[in-house]
Amino acid sequence: MSTTTLTETRGAGQSGDKIFSGATLAAGCLILAVLFSVAVFLLVQALPVASADPAEITGGAGFTTYIFPIVIGTIVAAAIALLIATPLGIGVALFISHYAPRRFAQGFGYVIDLLAAIPSVVYGAWGYAVLAPELAKGYAWLAKNLGWIPIFEGPASQTGRTMLTAGIVLAVMVLPIITSLSREIFLQTPNLHEEAALAMGATRWEMIRMAVLPFARPGIISAAMLGLGRALGETMAVALVLSGGALSASLIASGNQTIAAEIALNFPEAFGLRLSELIAAGLVLFVITLAVNMVARWIITRHKEFSGAN
Amino acid sequence: MSKRIDVKDLNVYYSKFLAVEGVNIEIKPRSVTAFIGPSGCGKSTFLRTLNRMHEVIPGARVEGEVLLDGDNLYDQNVDPVTVRSQIGMVFQRPNPFPTMSIRDNVLAGVKLNNKRISKSDADNLVEKSLSGANLWNEVKDRLDRPGSGLSGGQQQRLCIARAIAVSPEVILMDEPCSALDPISTLAIEDLINELKNDYTVVIVTHNMQQAARVSDKTAFFNIAGTGKPGKLIEYGETATIFSKPSVKATEDYVSGRFG
Repeated sequence: MSTTTLTETRGAGQSGDKIFSGATLAAGCLILAVLFSVAVFLLVQALPVASADPAEITGGAGFTTYIFPIVIGTIVAAAIALLIATPLGIGVALFISHYAPRRFAQGFGYVIDLLAAIPSVVYGAWGYAVLAPELAKGYAWLAKNLGWIPIFEGPASQTGRTMLTAGIVLAVMVLPIITSLSREIFLQTPNLHEEAALAMGATRWEMIRMAVLPFARPGIISAAMLGLGRALGETMAVALVLSGGALSASLIASGNQTIAAEIALNFPEAFGLRLSELIAAGLVLFVITLAVNMVARWIITRHKEFSGAN
Repeated sequence: MSKRIDVKDLNVYYSKFLAVEGVNIEIKPRSVTAFIGPSGCGKSTFLRTLNRMHEVIPGARVEGEVLLDGDNLYDQNVDPVTVRSQIGMVFQRPNPFPTMSIRDNVLAGVKLNNKRISKSDADNLVEKSLSGANLWNEVKDRLDRPGSGLSGGQQQRLCIARAIAVSPEVILMDEPCSALDPISTLAIEDLINELKNDYTVVIVTHNMQQAARVSDKTAFFNIAGTGKPGKLIEYGETATIFSKPSVKATEDYVSGRFG
């Protein structure tokens, strides 16, 4: 009798366990399959570019010469966005999590989250119609007074539809992502560690520097990477705001282009080799995003011992 | 290095709820005072009012006076930050900063008060504080390792080292051994006995044997029922409280008849 109580199984509970583990496995496989098929699609469609005559590629000097300026443009636009949005997002998140009165903080959080729901074409239209003309005045001043710095070299764009404007619009777009994620992480700082800092006579800012920010570091990096992902891949807003052109060091003159905008602007009329070129450009963007994420993972794991997770 | 504490007619409120009522107590310098009592009787709440840590909870406030060598902690122009830098605290669960090394944990408070400290001074202070917390021999070869890698008892001693590194006037301990095994508990109790040579120590404990072992004086707190305020029932020499207390409730509690 004693063995039967051990060998008999609870039918319902066990099959539930199997179904659940099967479902999670399927979900995991599905995402890998989607990623894999996108990668294969990009590779296959981009293949003709590799065997094409360099003279037939747009620009007439081979694919590398074609892609290089827009790779730089993409990275510069995303970098501007992150440089502006990361400190601002952390500041807003800290305000919500640690400074604002509780009742006010919640409403404020909802408003920030709402920013993420605005379609990118609206941001683009706003950047094109409102922000760019305003910034153009500032650009003229920059070109006149700080023109000796290569990034502010004149002639400044009259319309304001420049790389810097595109970067600022992107910053506004990624701000809610960075803010929301950072806020969640800041709120999760263990009370114990905040109290440890306060009990030593730390002011609120010192407590944040001692306990909150170090604890949230991996989370902030992840938040910035998600923001970067959006900034790198953003198409519509950049296509509307940026008056694209050849690569230029100046951020306040017309010129430069990003990969995503280049694809969007040329895709409708592209066929044959041109189509393959654009898809190859998409592949390059895919690889950049992957590389950036891997670097971020590496940065996070490098400090794992001190993360507080153990 | 050590100051006396006088508490006069202290009431503690959480918003409108009166949590602790009418506490009067005198704590001598260089002594160990234990607060005992059933759960929820307000002893931890009261302990936190001694370095204004209760203010971390929104709505918490006090009436009355807490005098540190005659200076009222609740004077209008007293900054809680200053109070806390002079009255150290050790918590129920060990809380070294997980993102800092052992060394940086010890120096955390010092760096707050006095930003610049030479490396040799820092080294000396780290050794002195860790030795003071009976931890130096165990960690001297791994000062650059994260504090979170230590055992629970070691982490708690690291927290004590962090507290004494700033040479506080008083050290408050809120059930410092409740998350520790008996061996680690013994190590902390030995340490408390040494700490009283230099500091005023106030300890909240649920363990009556511990109170009897480490303290010179004992205060018994109790509540009349749920929702009623906690009160200081009896305060006296530890030996008296545990052998012939003058209040019936104290006798019932220390002899294990309730609570």
